Amino acid sequence: MSNVFIAFQRNEETRGIVDAILADNPTATVNEQPAMVKVDVPDQLVIRRATIEEQIGRAFDLQELHVNLITLSGHIDETDDEFTLSWKH
Amino acid sequence: MQIDLRTVSITPLRQTYDHIAARLGGDKAASRYVEATMDVQANANFHYRPTWDPAHEIFDPARTRITMRDWYAFRDPRQLYYGTYTQSRARLQENAEADFDFVESRGLAEAYDDSARRLALDFYLPLRHVAWGANMNGASMCAYGYGTAITQPCLYQGMDQLGIAQYVTRLGLALGQLGDLEAAKHAWLAAPAWQPLRRYVEDTFVVKDWFELFVAQNAALDGLLYPLAYTEVENALTAKAGPLVAMLTRFQSEWFEDTSKWVDACLRIAAAENATNRAQLVQWLGTWRGRALEALGPVAQLALGDKGDAALQRCTAQFDARLAKAGLGA
Amino acid sequence: MDMKVAKKLGLKDRYNLMTRDLAWTPTYQAVKDVYPYVEYEGIKIHDWDKFEDPFRMTMDAYWKYQAEKERKLYAIIDAFNQNNGHLGVTDARYINTLKLFLTGVTPLEYMAHRGFAHVGRAFPGAGPRVACLMQSLDEIRHAQTQIHSLSNYNRFYNGFQNWRHQHDRVWYLSVPKSFFDDAITSGPFEFMIAIGFAFEYVLTNLLFVPFISGAAYNGDMGAMAFGFSAQSDESRHMTLGLEIIKFILEQDPDNLPIVQRWIDKWFWRGYRVLTLVAMMMDYMLPKRVMSWKEAWEIYAEQNGGALFADLARYGIRVPKGWKQACDDKDHLSHQAWNVFYNYGAAAPFHTWCPGEKDMDWLSAKYPESFDRYYRPLWQHYAAEAKEGRRFYNTTLPMLCQTCQIPMFFTEPGDPSKICYRESTYHGMKYHFCSDGCKEIFDNEPQKYVQSWLPVHQIYQGHCFPPDADPTKPDFNPLAEVLRWYRIEFGRDNLDYEGSPDKKNFDAWHELAKGN
Repeated sequence: MSNVFIAFQRNEETRGIVDAILADNPTATVNEQPAMVKVDVPDQLVIRRATIEEQIGRAFDLQELHVNLITLSGHIDETDDEFTLSWKH
Repeated sequence: MQIDLRTVSITPLRQTYDHIAARLGGDKAASRYVEATMDVQANANFHYRPTWDPAHEIFDPARTRITMRDWYAFRDPRQLYYGTYTQSRARLQENAEADFDFVESRGLAEAYDDSARRLALDFYLPLRHVAWGANMNGASMCAYGYGTAITQPCLYQGMDQLGIAQYVTRLGLALGQLGDLEAAKHAWLAAPAWQPLRRYVEDTFVVKDWFELFVAQNAALDGLLYPLAYTEVENALTAKAGPLVAMLTRFQSEWFEDTSKWVDACLRIAAAENATNRAQLVQWLGTWRGRALEALGPVAQLALGDKGDAALQRCTAQFDARLAKAGLGA
Repeated sequence: MDMKVAKKLGLKDRYNLMTRDLAWTPTYQAVKDVYPYVEYEGIKIHDWDKFEDPFRMTMDAYWKYQAEKERKLYAIIDAFNQNNGHLGVTDARYINTLKLFLTGVTPLEYMAHRGFAHVGRAFPGAGPRVACLMQSLDEIRHAQTQIHSLSNYNRFYNGFQNWRHQHDRVWYLSVPKSFFDDAITSGPFEFMIAIGFAFEYVLTNLLFVPFISGAAYNGDMGAMAFGFSAQSDESRHMTLGLEIIKFILEQDPDNLPIVQRWIDKWFWRGYRVLTLVAMMMDYMLPKRVMSWKEAWEIYAEQNGGALFADLARYGIRVPKGWKQACDDKDHLSHQAWNVFYNYGAAAPFHTWCPGEKDMDWLSAKYPESFDRYYRPLWQHYAAEAKEGRRFYNTTLPMLCQTCQIPMFFTEPGDPSKICYRESTYHGMKYHFCSDGCKEIFDNEPQKYVQSWLPVHQIYQGHCFPPDADPTKPDFNPLAEVLRWYRIEFGRDNLDYEGSPDKKNFDAWHELAKGN
């Protein structure tokens, strides 16, 4: 079992994204640095567009993640509605 | 009331990098374009020869017959470095997106005249493959060219063409169905009217001299195709059925105007450098312009019927005027 | 995706229309003439369409989001410049890490730009091509944003102004230069494993986290801003690297041994280049983020461990030099900084002895090695400097033929013995710092004998300015080499103590605080 992670620049735009990730991934842990926020999840991390939209109050295209993304790990699967990171061991 | 803003002023040791100062004739403030472009490519002491091309160095001016004392003479009049490039295209994208939205939200495509629709789909959709070829060629010019001043915009041009291929695909889906895209691909591969053009494109894929490729793609082919597709055919469709297609091809029109400035500058600078360059360019232009006209003839006819020839002649006159201005008149 | 198109079509199908469907198999020209470089490495691809593009980004989305990132980034760079942001760094020693970055790393970003353009064109597959060409665009972004961010430092500090000239000539800069020359002169598949996978996936965090976090910790908002901004592109690059290796391995079992050999080679070459980062983290950052040892444990041992555990299902094993790299983590940075301290007269950045507090930190982070092997060295140098005999080594070092680093690395398991390896090829003897570098040479000697080794070139007389006159009685070859390097003696080089950088930084601080 290994962690996958995703890290964003820490700003107003990513606040809602991180909150959405925490809501959808109960085993997630957050690491906050002055300029960066990193979320680790064992095995699989799911980001759901609908949850983000609830958090930020506007339409959101998952490709907008790119604007504030710093780094990530794991295999990626992307659809219109979900963005998933996972390791398969 | 006047507000005087002050910041602590310390005297800098220099304004710019030494190699930039050497080019500017002294240590002066340099533009972002200049700092990001001039002398950025390595030109000395390469460690190994490419295993994929051992006859040349990694970057080698000998990959073309064009010769330059200074390859950085190819300043882009648009001064595009990555930042200004993406911002420029993002503005074009915003306009294009607004137009697609306008059309889609009002159902304008459904109301479009059916024969105009058929013509538009038959003529424009195969051009998405021509643009894909242009993307490949832009990558080649960037990879094998010499000097950041010209290789940088060659990649931008190639990636623009990928964007255009994608906009043409969207045009297809806005006006038609998946089946229309399939039919267009089939026409590209098999219909007689499209074969000379496809042959042209495939022949460019094996051109080894990257400057010749520049002439074949950016000058001759695009120089004739774009006025044909985005002025002549577009005007004909607008006259017939209103400006719907013009709205959905706005990116291409605005793009062509922008990039022609750069293409013309490159031709002018290369031609002015020495008589051998000029002669070589004239020879290449003669060949590729001729072939492009042959290839576009049947395609012009497909869209414009017996008016196709006259339209192509107008495009040729426009192209020849550009060449004359660049010092490459016949 | 920004394409609001036929809502029935899913993201994957829409993207397919926007990429793969645009391509066709040429018939008027032979496929092997259109794609002449895809077979000679022996890699077998049966179906290019099996490549999975994880980020299905069309050009319109690319322009939109990248433009937004650029606007934000340049706003920060402008603000930083306007506010004399450079005065906010912890200490002007920090600025020497940026000199290392501009001269050593920025030119590699440009090489990556050209390399990905070549590979993108070389591959027949539409999916990998589009990903490679977007990466080519991203890499020129990185080169240019770095040139721009560091331009302001160039105005106030010495050692930035000749980055292009120096990358192509100065002794330690041939290490990164030869690394990327090696990658770009290899075939397209090897390039992808070398850069896309080994560098951009396995090792990338070991380059960027230290530099960017180093920037953040030391008050450098400018570099931090470009670092974070570049990182968002890196996640696309990492993904390409991972997807391409999976794709290659899944296409044909015959590809496995070729790929494994490349992983072994490029892990080792990449690890060797990271020597510069190790010493930067431990010795050059006034406020340190973490030790090289800690960074190696997180980013190589843990993250890399998870990655190779995942790839085991393809038959991939951990790279050959892995254990040695892990064992060397207690020694690498100290040995490297020692070399740069020695050759402080010959580099266009400043060096210095760690102070007492620095050594206490190093002691705590390296309990196995620092006090035993390295503290005595620094104490000796400090004592000498105090007596006015700051040590500068005036003998040129032997370089490893492969990685081109001076041969200071020690035997695995014995840090008191320099490691020497050698091979003979066509009657000539070649020298290496390690088994890893020797093996790389032995697999392709015809390539590595071409190396432009800076020390050899100096001894062959190729590194003097045109007006140098060896017949003059006061001819000083080292001084002439420095002139050829465009290093201004006493300004760009030597110890941080007494440097114009230090004097200026201190004086400007007084100006900013005083009345």
